[in-house]
Amino acid sequence: MSLDKPYLDVPGTTIFDAEQSRKGYWLNQFCMSLMKAENRARFKAGERAYLDEWPMSEEQKQAVLARDLNRCIGLGGNIYFLAKIGATDGKSFQQMAGSMTGMTEEEYREMMIKGGRSAQGNRRVGEDGDAQAHRQPQGRAGRGAGG
Amino acid sequence: MARISASVYTSHVPAIGAALDLGKTHEPYWQPLFKGYEFSKHWMNEHKPDVIFLVYNDHATAFSLEMIPTFAIGCAAEFQPADEGWGPRPVPKVIGHPELASHIAQSVIQDDFDLTIVNRMDVDHGLTVPLSLMCGQPQAWPCPVIPFAVNVVQYPVPSGRRCLALGRAIRKAIESYDAPLNVQIWGTGGMSHQLQGPRAGLINKEFDNAFLDRLIADPEGQAAVPHIDYVREAGSEGIELVMWLIARGAMSDRPPRVVHRFYHVPASNTAVGHLILENT
Repeated sequence: MSLDKPYLDVPGTTIFDAEQSRKGYWLNQFCMSLMKAENRARFKAGERAYLDEWPMSEEQKQAVLARDLNRCIGLGGNIYFLAKIGATDGKSFQQMAGSMTGMTEEEYREMMIKGGRSAQGNRRVGEDGDAQAHRQPQGRAGRGAGG
Repeated sequence: MARISASVYTSHVPAIGAALDLGKTHEPYWQPLFKGYEFSKHWMNEHKPDVIFLVYNDHATAFSLEMIPTFAIGCAAEFQPADEGWGPRPVPKVIGHPELASHIAQSVIQDDFDLTIVNRMDVDHGLTVPLSLMCGQPQAWPCPVIPFAVNVVQYPVPSGRRCLALGRAIRKAIESYDAPLNVQIWGTGGMSHQLQGPRAGLINKEFDNAFLDRLIADPEGQAAVPHIDYVREAGSEGIELVMWLIARGAMSDRPPRVVHRFYHVPASNTAVGHLILENT
């Protein structure tokens, strides 16, 4: 009998379950190493060389180098681990979370001040909320990058 | 015998700690939030417990993917504030209560909850931000603290039902401790928030306030809400709210006195909720 995963139809959301955790084990453990100041310094001095010390997939390494957090999460990363990369870069949680929406930092901050993103239309894949796949990217940053 | 006098519930957003540590509490963005905790600091001064049993979650700080305990009780004599990548918060070290913690561990494990006993652990913002919100910025925290870490990072997290029952087992353990200690239990984390993906920034005021209503008046009913409802309604990280049910389960079966209730949006990516309930 297969496992019950009722969370697969939540739009714009990846639940960090045992399968994701297995996929992302070394990616997340690499992130964990950035808790030490000397490792942060070594990573900054040569990102590719530091990443090559870890048995991560090439795709995972590329996603880290590009600071593409959505891809990192798709490849098994978890936000609390990925936050260590953000801390190394001097980014706040809000900057990191915002970067995954395609909004600029200002647009995202403004959305939060206005009460955040509504759950309306964002509960299940197939509805019409702003987190649905057909409405990405959401902001100026994403449109600028994606054309 | 020891007794539980009250429970405190609060979000533990890291940006709140940063705002306090960097002296930003009077900025217009933060003012309304800290105003909501003014009463709480006075209340805390007047109701200083002997021990705080603090339910929180570790955010990939003490526990990497090497070990993921579902329930971990800190039995050490002291716990250092962790370096989470930005350097450790400039807050006092946390003094534990090894005797009471070990007593609770023994009692609760005998009640069929498989706790992990932790004798060395740094504590992150999940534990220190609630202390800062309730106690301000003292040279030393007002009393010993027993850290109780719950896995809400890797799915599956414990169910609401299990958390409520665990709280009851903790109550029984504390009430069988042979010293007249006044214990508070705190439940932290939440409220609605999502930190990942295109749905990041989700906030659900209706869900959050209904949660607060039910936590007060119908904890049994709230405990029956499945994990997926929190994810859909309150965001992938909103699941932290199950930890509040542990503190609620530790309260007496009589209706509690609601001495304070506060709700504010936003703190960074998160809705902030706060309750103080006293046993009657």
